[in-house]
Amino acid sequence: MTAYLIRRTLTAIVVLLGVSVFIFLMLHVIYPTPAIQVLGPHANKFSINQWNRQHGFDDPWIVQYLRYLNQLLHGNLGYSYKLNQSVLALFQERWMRSAWLSGITLFLSVVIAIPLGIYQAVRRNTVGDAVVTTGAFVTYAMPDFFLYLIAIQLLAISFPIFSFEGPQTTSMVSIIFNWRAMTLPIVCLTLLDLAGYSRYMRSAAMDTLAQDYIKAARAKGLPERLVLLRHLVRNAFLPMITLIGLSIPALLAGNLVCEAVFNFPGLGLLFYNSLGTADYPVLLAYTLVGAVLTVAGNFIADISLTVADPRIRLV
Amino acid sequence: MTNIAPELPPPGLPAAPEGGEIGPVQSGWRLAFREFAQNRLAVLGLAALIFFVLFCYLGPLFYHGTLSSSLESTTLPPGAGHPLGTDNQGFDVLEELMVGGQSALEIGFFSALIGMVIGAIWGAISGLAGGLVDGVLMRIVDVLLSIPFLFVVLIIAIRYGSSVLGLSIVIGIFTWQVPARLVRGEVLTLRVRDFVSAARAAGAGQIRLMNRHLLPNSLGVIIVTATFSVADAILAVATLGFLGFGLQFPVFDWGDMLNNGITYLQDGYWWLVYPVGICIIVVVMACNLLGDALRDALDVRLRRR
Repeated sequence: MTAYLIRRTLTAIVVLLGVSVFIFLMLHVIYPTPAIQVLGPHANKFSINQWNRQHGFDDPWIVQYLRYLNQLLHGNLGYSYKLNQSVLALFQERWMRSAWLSGITLFLSVVIAIPLGIYQAVRRNTVGDAVVTTGAFVTYAMPDFFLYLIAIQLLAISFPIFSFEGPQTTSMVSIIFNWRAMTLPIVCLTLLDLAGYSRYMRSAAMDTLAQDYIKAARAKGLPERLVLLRHLVRNAFLPMITLIGLSIPALLAGNLVCEAVFNFPGLGLLFYNSLGTADYPVLLAYTLVGAVLTVAGNFIADISLTVADPRIRLV
Repeated sequence: MTNIAPELPPPGLPAAPEGGEIGPVQSGWRLAFREFAQNRLAVLGLAALIFFVLFCYLGPLFYHGTLSSSLESTTLPPGAGHPLGTDNQGFDVLEELMVGGQSALEIGFFSALIGMVIGAIWGAISGLAGGLVDGVLMRIVDVLLSIPFLFVVLIIAIRYGSSVLGLSIVIGIFTWQVPARLVRGEVLTLRVRDFVSAARAAGAGQIRLMNRHLLPNSLGVIIVTATFSVADAILAVATLGFLGFGLQFPVFDWGDMLNNGITYLQDGYWWLVYPVGICIIVVVMACNLLGDALRDALDVRLRRR
């Protein structure tokens, strides 16, 4: 267990370093120096060169990379000269809202997917199963923005029950309780996540149902309800841990399109707006955060799976 | 098992004739094809894909709407002359669907092709070499897999602009990691098999081993992944277009059409949104169905005998 933990941690660190190299190289190629933005579009070559020299932007790339990495480790994600604010401050202002939107979505979709997948596995090849599977398949193939469009058209324009826009306040409390504005994004995102989760849960439950211990539990006369609760749910949930771990990056960085369509003032909308102004420090910092969260999510999933499933602990 | 007594056939089945099972020996690919053809959903998916290829490439030869703007006939509802109406600049929506579909299909196909070629070579080298090379190559895959692909594609698209070829390459560069992993896995199991040892003993070099034995036997995995990649690429391009950072006019794809249509959502111009959305869903679903069926057909372990 300890050896595995150490090996897994080392791999994660190596991958994180690789990610930082990749992001730095992208930044270096696409946006080598902010000189033009600092000095203005009419700055001459001489002053640009001088500015670059003063701020170390003409050093060899490896030196610049080490400086970049050092800054990262000290929590400096870069500086947006377009918005004249540090990227970290921009993120701090918004991350709670994105985390709330994704967190509640993740919670809802897991809570719905588990019983749904088990229902489908137990009643497989019935009409109910077919209906859910078809629904999941269509949602899975649907571009997410098309679902948002349909939802807005139906429930915000034709039947104006909900707002077609996310909440525009900055206070978390009013965002949480503003159901008119929050329902559509949450429901749409939940439906999209549910499509993948329920299919996954269904196949995990089917695999588990074929195991001998389920037969043994049934053979000894355990009521079907207890077979499902004690044996099926607990075992079929294991693969879901991996899936949830993989969803952690989405908690902060995944809802780009949703936030853009609903004008929800989170990190995704910041990314979308920065695309319009070609604000590369923000864009690449956001990509970096997404990548780091992905690595962290994988890591957490692997570790919690080892904790939850004693069979893996031997490795 | 040391049991050498002849096994009794299960009740209800005729006893096997002496000398073992008699039946035509079929190649793996023919068996796979039969399995595939029995899957109704898969045939439906294939039919839908073929329909869309014909629709997008042959359609414009037979159907001439007005793929030039005519300001007298903007946002006409579906009716005579324009089966799916016209958009805000007077373009015929049906013809736009055909032309926009071409770029979507092309990007899907090319990016999958690029991804599969790089992935197969990368995975095969990694699996064959083993050791340090394998470790380094696979860590690079890990790194690229953890970087959110849509973000990078968007950033590159706004920096360098996007054409069909450019987007295919960028998407392809973020497609090869999964096939590389899968091919590596295949190669790892294949390289200890007897026929590979035989080929080695016969003096086959690494390259020949890869080309003649390892890659052909991994082809099933590659084809299945390719089918799913086409779907992913089409969705990615549509998202790019929808966000307004996609292809540059006069080249456009279905996502750009949706981006245009959303502006008129409140005016009730449904024909600018729903037909194109349904096209995306059907094509992506067809690819997914095809991929699922191919996986069932090509994966020997899942095959019904």
